[in-house]
Formats: sequence, C-alpha cells, structure tokens
Amino acid sequence: MGFPDRIERVVEIAHPPAKVWAALTTAEGLASWFGNEASIDLRPGGSAHMTFGGGHIADMRVERVEEPTVFGYTWHIYGLPDDDPRRTYVEFTLEPVGAGTRLTVVESGFAQLADDAHHKAYDGNTGGWASELAELVEYLDAA
Amino acid sequence: MPPDIETVAEQVFVALADPSRRAILAALASGGPATATDLAGQLPITRQGIAKHLALLAEAGLVTAEPGERRRVRYRLQSAPMQVAQQFLAALARDWDGPLDALRDHLSR
Repeated sequence: MGFPDRIERVVEIAHPPAKVWAALTTAEGLASWFGNEASIDLRPGGSAHMTFGGGHIADMRVERVEEPTVFGYTWHIYGLPDDDPRRTYVEFTLEPVGAGTRLTVVESGFAQLADDAHHKAYDGNTGGWASELAELVEYLDAA
Repeated sequence: MPPDIETVAEQVFVALADPSRRAILAALASGGPATATDLAGQLPITRQGIAKHLALLAEAGLVTAEPGERRRVRYRLQSAPMQVAQQFLAALARDWDGPLDALRDHLSR
C-alpha cells in the first residue's frame, strides 16, 4: 500500500494541439474552463493565478513551456496551511493524434514530506514525555 | 528512528476514527493546549475517557504532554502528523476529471 504520489489522466480531444495549448496557457483559455478568472505570465518562473468559486485562489509558478507539447507548473497543495512551502507539480503533455490531441495531465508530489516536519513531531513527542516524567518524579519526591 | 509515513498516516486515521478523539483534537486545535480536566469540562466525555484517549493520542505523537499551571499536565496538539495524513487526503480529493470534462466541453463549443 503506497501513498498516492502521482495522479495521471489521459483524454482525447477532437481539436488540434494548437487549440488545446491556447486553452491551457492563456488567461482567457484558463478562465473559460478551469478557473473563474485567471492571469498568466507564460515563461518558466513566471507566475499565474486562478480564482475559483468559494473564494479559493490558486497561485501557480510556471515551470515548463514547450509550445505546443509540454506545459508544466507547480502549485500549493490544497488543504495544507497557506505558508506551507510544499507544492505539487502539474504537467500537461499534448500529442497530436489524427486531427485531434491526446492530452495527458500528471500531477505529482503528493507523498512528499519535509524531513523537518517529521523530526519535529518525533522530537516533540520525546520532549513531551520527558517533561511528563519529570513531573511524575517531582510528584513522587514531594509525597 | 522516526516512524515512516504509512505508520504516521495509520495513527492519524485511527485517532480520527473515534468521535471522542475527534472532539478532543478539535478542542485542542480551536482552544489551544488544555489539561484533561479542562477538556472534561468542555466535552461530553468522562474524565477517565479523556485520559484514556489522551494516552492513545500521545502514544501516536498527535498530542504532547507538557507542564501546565499548578503542576497539571497540559496537552498540546502536534500538527505535523496531521499534515502527513492531509497530503494523502489532498491526492484523493484532487479532481482532474471535472476540469478535463470542462475543457473538452469548452473546446467543443
């Protein structure tokens, strides 16, 4: 049994890669199917954002731009605190198939865990028990 | 050796499977560190029940015991194990099927 680190989906779309590429990489395209509104600075290291219903905002960092075949970005892991630095990587790959496109989306990095978070939990636990035992000793000494 | 990710996740989900423990964790998350007596005053759980659940939660590393006022032991929520489980949930909750259907519909219009 493993942590799901990666999610992959493949869809066949009856439109050429250029059209799919525009839908994935322009503010107008993203706002028409993904978010309610979007902005994007389409270059590696550029930032992009989308807003969704319910006030949720996705801040993205563009990582790969190879028109019209690969578009990749990282974004915050949904559900973690806003200041948590861990991010997942999303990569869209476009392959021409006949007159259409095979679009693959892979999101990876769900199973990452910063070592410090892990050690903090472990050390915190040890420290907690140490202070509890110290209290017990004090209590017994006083009795 | 720190416990591995699977062990941490299992402990979190075992802890969360019990409504009394969920109530205790929720009380610590919303109100901050508290003693077993504080928790017994806030929740419909007996003092003994609270103590039993806190022992299990401490064993799993989900709460830590620390010295409080008048030499009472206070329990503090440890968020790091929750984050491990949360990442598991993030993968399960991520919906690509909905957006990809929307993309296909959008391009077909």
